Amino acid sequence: MRRIVVIGAGPAGLAAANAAALHGVEVVLIDAGAKLGGQYHRQDALAAGDRFELPRNVEHVANAAVWAIEPVDGGHRVHLRVGPADGPDRKGRAVEARALVLATGAYDRALPFPGWDLPGVFTAGAAQAMAKGQGVAVGDRVVVGGTGPFLLPVAASLIGAGARVVEVAEANAAVTGWLANPKGALAGWSKTGELMRYAGTLARHRVPYRSRTAVIEAHGSDCVESVTVARLDALWNPVPGSERRLEADAVAVGFGFTPQLELALAARCRVEDGFVAVDAVQGTSAPGVFAAGELTGIGGAELAASEGAVAGAAAAKFVGAAVEPPVRAMAKVRSGRRFAAALNAAYPVRSGWHDWLRDDTIVCRCEEVTKRALFRAVDERDVGAVRSLKLVSGAGLGLCQGRVCGRNVAELAGVDATGFAKRPIASPIRLAELAEEEPVESPIDAEESGRALGVEY
Amino acid sequence: MSRIETADVVVIGAGIIGAACAEALSAEGMRVLVVDRGAPAGGTTAGGEGNVLLSDKAPGPELDLAVASRRLWPELIERLRAELGDEAARVEWEPKGGLVVATDQDAIGPLAILAEAQRAVGVEAVELTRGEARAMEPHLNERVVGAVHYPGDAQLQPVLAATAMLTAVRARGGEVRGGAEAHGLMFDRSGKVAGVHVGDETIACRAVVNACGPWSGHFSAAAGAPIEVLPRRGMVLVTAPLPHVVGRKVYAADYVAAVASSDVDLQVSAVVESTATGTVLIGSSRQRVGFDEALQVEVLRRLARSAVKLFPVLAGVPVMRTYGGFRPYTPDHLPVIGEDPRFPGLWHASGHEGAGIGLAPATGRLLADLMCGLPPGVDPTRFKVDRPAVMAEVRT
Repeated sequence: MRRIVVIGAGPAGLAAANAAALHGVEVVLIDAGAKLGGQYHRQDALAAGDRFELPRNVEHVANAAVWAIEPVDGGHRVHLRVGPADGPDRKGRAVEARALVLATGAYDRALPFPGWDLPGVFTAGAAQAMAKGQGVAVGDRVVVGGTGPFLLPVAASLIGAGARVVEVAEANAAVTGWLANPKGALAGWSKTGELMRYAGTLARHRVPYRSRTAVIEAHGSDCVESVTVARLDALWNPVPGSERRLEADAVAVGFGFTPQLELALAARCRVEDGFVAVDAVQGTSAPGVFAAGELTGIGGAELAASEGAVAGAAAAKFVGAAVEPPVRAMAKVRSGRRFAAALNAAYPVRSGWHDWLRDDTIVCRCEEVTKRALFRAVDERDVGAVRSLKLVSGAGLGLCQGRVCGRNVAELAGVDATGFAKRPIASPIRLAELAEEEPVESPIDAEESGRALGVEY
Repeated sequence: MSRIETADVVVIGAGIIGAACAEALSAEGMRVLVVDRGAPAGGTTAGGEGNVLLSDKAPGPELDLAVASRRLWPELIERLRAELGDEAARVEWEPKGGLVVATDQDAIGPLAILAEAQRAVGVEAVELTRGEARAMEPHLNERVVGAVHYPGDAQLQPVLAATAMLTAVRARGGEVRGGAEAHGLMFDRSGKVAGVHVGDETIACRAVVNACGPWSGHFSAAAGAPIEVLPRRGMVLVTAPLPHVVGRKVYAADYVAAVASSDVDLQVSAVVESTATGTVLIGSSRQRVGFDEALQVEVLRRLARSAVKLFPVLAGVPVMRTYGGFRPYTPDHLPVIGEDPRFPGLWHASGHEGAGIGLAPATGRLLADLMCGLPPGVDPTRFKVDRPAVMAEVRT
């Protein structure tokens, strides 16, 4: 039987499942959400039906947590629990496949600042998910801060959910001016129109949009009551005297995205500069494992979908389907990556944020590790790698396992952040669930799997 | 700090054993350079539970070393505290005691015999009824048959312990260099060790200590004096932080047999304990798979089962992460501590398998005593390098 497993049902995973199914391959499409579409096409969880339709040979496994990927002869065994994450009776499954497509996406990065641990501080992605998924605004008066074009749809969603957006603080140059440049690096980018519409929404609601500005502190006793914003110099150091206090009951911050790497690392894919390295057909360094979407580089939904189409076709070919090279999708991947590279170069995170922190600012929220304690661990104990840094400082050892703080802590400590994403248990699992034997579905036929590896058209 | 170009001793490996050797040698006034190809305390030491155990050892040379080490740990911590201050000497030392539990009638006899033998050599081992055991650990499975309480068992956080000792080495004028791989020795005309090649440098020294843990076999072979130290893999599960569930280090009686076994196949026996942060650590597994790091769910599954069997209350508790590492295994289950007869000036301190954290201070002390010509506190005979199980013949 020709069967592949696709993990993640956002734009990349959906496209991969469709492309593989089109070539007659059976697909198991596993996703954490109740409905298809992932974070980008987030659907109202309470409404009936699903916006997306899948071919008959795709099995959609919703509400599923992949907690481990185990290498086996000729492929991988994917271990999952199906059911509401907090529910007591999630069902265990284990699916084997010779080819996997990883489309696990990314989550948005929050930088710490004094007061960022107060209730009322959200990541931009969380604020958007609540607005789009449940129609709920995270506050009445919200300051949106961070960097990149993503801040615009977040602000627009908040307005749509009834919030007053007090200000949008972009730490780099203005997105709008940059988009309007007809000869700039993004000339011809399909997203330009969409972003201009968001900018129009902000203008209509008279939302100030300030470039080279950041939220450098949140104030309040039990929750956010106000924030301090400041102008930044080119390295993101606050310009003295530029501080302004804004009244707000919520802050949504997003400083780019961090790929969700743990499953790729479990499948032993090589990671370069923080992203999964892929070849022209989205193949990773691990035979039979393909990756698509934000996992391979931050580039947005459209690029993710093109990469997904390429990865799905390649995975189908890998398991023996007759596949024509998806030439159009491959061309779209190439152009999409060009725009993505230009965007990412325009919205870097500069090191000046290190100085927004005070000695007692928490850098790891789960374990309440302060900047002082972190630096002390680095200086006094001379730790030089993530594993020992975690064990000496406690940073990244808590419930989020470094998902929130890992990159920031690694950057402050001057170590490589990839180690934080090494999580062989990719999502929490109860001991009783772990103890349970799961029947293995579609075990790989060892003889069949002995063939040559790699996809070439 | 200036870089050391010549040293009295170069210790290779900045794990708990290398750190303990360097600490003891620098306390004797030697100028010590510790090198590690990775990050200090980032290998086997970071993959350990922090066991300082007497309970799992039958009378013999390893128990002698463990008893000496158990006495030395608090003294060493006190010395570090005086020298470095409370924060830099923090190691989360917990003399919490251990409870070895018999889960069926068959286990109770051998456990009592072991306890009797241990008492004969001065280890405190108190036999408990089911009721007494459950009074001590109220969440223990009500079907346990009996238990032995070892007040001498203790725990510490191994990365903190190793880095604290290395901090002391630096404070005494030594140096710790991470990311520096040692790849061969240099000899003088008489055939004695005169230096070591580290990266693209050669460091002159009078002695070299091989404390590379599971990689000791590799280094010794590269140095031309192979010893038989092999990797044995072990995994640990970590739960989310919990309110108090487990007070002591609690393990099933079959752990003792698993520790002493030479099997290549997977062995799992429950070792359950809480840490200072409230998480519960669940070990232990042993498996000889070379240096293969691939996840094996079956290992985790069996760890989970054995833990729930000891503490049914843990069934609903989420596991947050798992970690593991390779431990240095010798065919006769005894550490190697001493000078290599083939190359005077080359010393080994390795092969402690899963007991290295507990055995570290006595190992460092013994090595320093032997190197400095002081009367050794522990009989070194059974740990010597030239014994058949360890002295790998050069295979041609």
